[in-house]
Amino acid sequence: MLQSIVSYGLAVGAVYALIGITYNVMFSASRVFSFTAGMLGMLGGVLGAIFINKWGINAALALLLVLACGALLGIVTEVLTVRPVLKSVEQHLYVLSTLAFALMIQQVVAIEFGTEAYPFPVLIPIDPASIWGAIDQKFWLPVLACAVTIAGLEFLYRKTLIGRAFLAIAEDSYAARALGLPETRLRMASYALAGVIGALAGFTGAQMLLAFFGNQSILNFYGFVPVALGGMGSNRGAVIGGLALGLFQQAANFLVGGIFAAVAVFAVFIVVLLLRPEGLAGAATARRV
Amino acid sequence: MTDTAARMPARPGGTSLLGRLEGKLSWIALGLAGLLLPLLDDSYIGLIAQRACIYWILSAGLNLVVGYAGQIAIGWVSMLTLGAYTTAALTAGNVGAPWHPYLALVASAVIGAVFGVIVGLPALRLRTFYFAMTTLGFATIVTQVALAWKSVTGGGVGTPGPVFPWPFDPGWGFYYFCFLLAAVATWMTANIASSRYGRALIAIRDAEVAAEASGVAKPRLLMMVFLLAGALGGVAGGLFSSLQSYITPDAFTFEMSVLFFIGILIGGRGSILGPALGTIILTVLPEFAAPLVQWSTFLYAALLLLIVLVIPGGIADLLDYRNRRPLEQHREIAPRPELLPRLLGERRRGELLSLKGIELSFGGVRAIAGLDLEIRPGEVHGLIGPNGSGKTTTLNVISGYYAPQKGEVTLGSSVLPPGAPHLRAPHRIARTFQTPRVIGAASVLENVMVGGTIDGQGSFAESLLTLPRHRRDEAHLREAAMLALATVGLESLAAVRADRLQHSELRFVEIARALMLRPACLMLDEPAAGLSAEEIRRLGALIKAVSRAGTAVLLVEHHADLIFDICDRVTVLNLGKILAAGTPAEIRSHREVVSAYLGA
Repeated sequence: MLQSIVSYGLAVGAVYALIGITYNVMFSASRVFSFTAGMLGMLGGVLGAIFINKWGINAALALLLVLACGALLGIVTEVLTVRPVLKSVEQHLYVLSTLAFALMIQQVVAIEFGTEAYPFPVLIPIDPASIWGAIDQKFWLPVLACAVTIAGLEFLYRKTLIGRAFLAIAEDSYAARALGLPETRLRMASYALAGVIGALAGFTGAQMLLAFFGNQSILNFYGFVPVALGGMGSNRGAVIGGLALGLFQQAANFLVGGIFAAVAVFAVFIVVLLLRPEGLAGAATARRV
Repeated sequence: MTDTAARMPARPGGTSLLGRLEGKLSWIALGLAGLLLPLLDDSYIGLIAQRACIYWILSAGLNLVVGYAGQIAIGWVSMLTLGAYTTAALTAGNVGAPWHPYLALVASAVIGAVFGVIVGLPALRLRTFYFAMTTLGFATIVTQVALAWKSVTGGGVGTPGPVFPWPFDPGWGFYYFCFLLAAVATWMTANIASSRYGRALIAIRDAEVAAEASGVAKPRLLMMVFLLAGALGGVAGGLFSSLQSYITPDAFTFEMSVLFFIGILIGGRGSILGPALGTIILTVLPEFAAPLVQWSTFLYAALLLLIVLVIPGGIADLLDYRNRRPLEQHREIAPRPELLPRLLGERRRGELLSLKGIELSFGGVRAIAGLDLEIRPGEVHGLIGPNGSGKTTTLNVISGYYAPQKGEVTLGSSVLPPGAPHLRAPHRIARTFQTPRVIGAASVLENVMVGGTIDGQGSFAESLLTLPRHRRDEAHLREAAMLALATVGLESLAAVRADRLQHSELRFVEIARALMLRPACLMLDEPAAGLSAEEIRRLGALIKAVSRAGTAVLLVEHHADLIFDICDRVTVLNLGKILAAGTPAEIRSHREVVSAYLGA
């Protein structure tokens, strides 16, 4: 039992962590939380299933296609739902515009793809008897994706010029613009990057979570919990929070049953936030007057 | 002459009979249409009308949360779910002996109110998106519990809804029940909206800092509103369970939440009529577009996106032609300081505001490094110094936005609690802001009335039912606000939306709002910035008159002329410390001040 709690918990936690990072990447670039994070995760699974099962494309190519679609949707999100309301961020219209866009996409999926959960194909042909098949790939794939994403982001932010530009925008967008950084294009690039990460989360997690249109709202909520707990904008917080959430949820699942696990996660979320609104990692509050 | 001018038309738009009717007329038409609907004798229309009424009962409460308080509660469908299951489970006898349906409906209201407060709790501390997420999470959980708790809810199979007995039996009887309750919900929420509580809600939404400075206690007020909205949602749920006659968890989809939300947004924030029309339209519309049923959620979502991007103001803004009439071009602000005694009260015992040993640092930056200051009643005390010397920070310490690490602030004999901005108004400490913080969407008069919030006597419940104390409060606040506007010279703009005013006028609106407190201490943060020379002269005369009426005035300003003209004492700050203090004449000849700040 312990083994399945750990393997399943870490795997689903890695998916939550990746969705959390998706939220963070969009937030850093625009100070906006976007409801499209869960949508990207959902689409990663659904599009993957369509490409591989229906169209017979091979897995590697399908992954590339899915990531490309994620990037495209990220850009559309930025242009259509974020940029027009960015001027009045304090009115929080972005909550509604991104929610509306995510719902539209979800409805198209529900109508065109179906409202049932479909199985996702095995991506890497491994002999379960061999040493590599000791742990099911549906468990280690998301964890691997999470590790690769973290390493990639670290490299991007620390070693490349464009990554430093991302950081500059996140730190102080006015100053960054004054330095001549093309804020709009960098924001679009961030949203594209977020799209890739979200789609990757969905694609690698789909053997476990299935290709299901309802994953959108689940991932939206459970992907946001690590962000809220770990402090917004902090990828390290998101990864730790995501893995912890996955383990907690699976443990609760086994110990008290699925429904109460959901209630328990929700209760912990509310209580922690009421006690520490800035998240467990902590962050200063902004100047108000 | 002064008297007539101070008693100018008080109701926004109430200048003519037509203006007064244009709001009420729509309600009368809507009410008549609702009452006479059974004459059509079409049970299908009756069914749609029942649904519209039920949806509106929930939306009326949600409208206060979303449209007025600006809290993005996207998962309010959970209240409908809770109410429906409460009524259904109680009448069916799933919990103990079967209840009478009407009694069960009351229980639904109570359950809704309780959970409304629980769900609303996070809004007090969390950022907007977090709150949206928690309401969404709660809606998901309620459905999951409904699925799992088979003994009470019937699980996925569901449970039958109640049938209300005479006089509101199924058919037109039940319709009148829904219609009646919808009318009551409308009446109550409209009462709140037009009360000081409603204005305080809008103030929290659009100018939270100013709301706190006016003494609005956000947590208490929001709890009241969540309680009311939850109770209305619960009642709507109870009626909904009877309308459905059989309820399952799939009946309460997230799409319904979106529908309620869009209804309010189409209608426009800060309006009751608009959201009511929006809800009716959205309920009726799908009935005429049967082939599109499959796509209805997609269309709702598209509509939501369209509204947010194209008409964030909603129907209410489109209908508001009164505020599209051009304003007079060359307006003049002519303050009338002679009205001050009437506004502030004739005989006033002034109180001394004093700061002792205040120290405040942000990280490694020492913003205030040991500051002692005394501001005496009846005097204007100037606070000057270069940028970053700690002037506004001092103001923020006094008004409670910052809690100093050392030292205390006292007014008269009482020590002011550090870091509690909404507790300054009861001590009669008022302030204005460097950038005016006004509610753009409200009229100038309403903005000023917010300043008198703490002088209201009536409770939330009294406002809900327009009891006499509420009406007295309103009359009193309105009269005082008109007087305050006349004093600063803006009474002709009372009915105009505040976001149509010029910058200089907004500065005077803020002063009028501050005067509503009959302040013992008035703090002005660069009131002359952006004013013309003539306006500065009039401002100076007004400030001086306010101080002579027994108020301690603290003036932060960069206009040296104004400072030396009207101040009785001047303190010069530099790097969070006092560089010099004394009479204007002494300061003007102070060598260090001249070299550091004033220039040769």
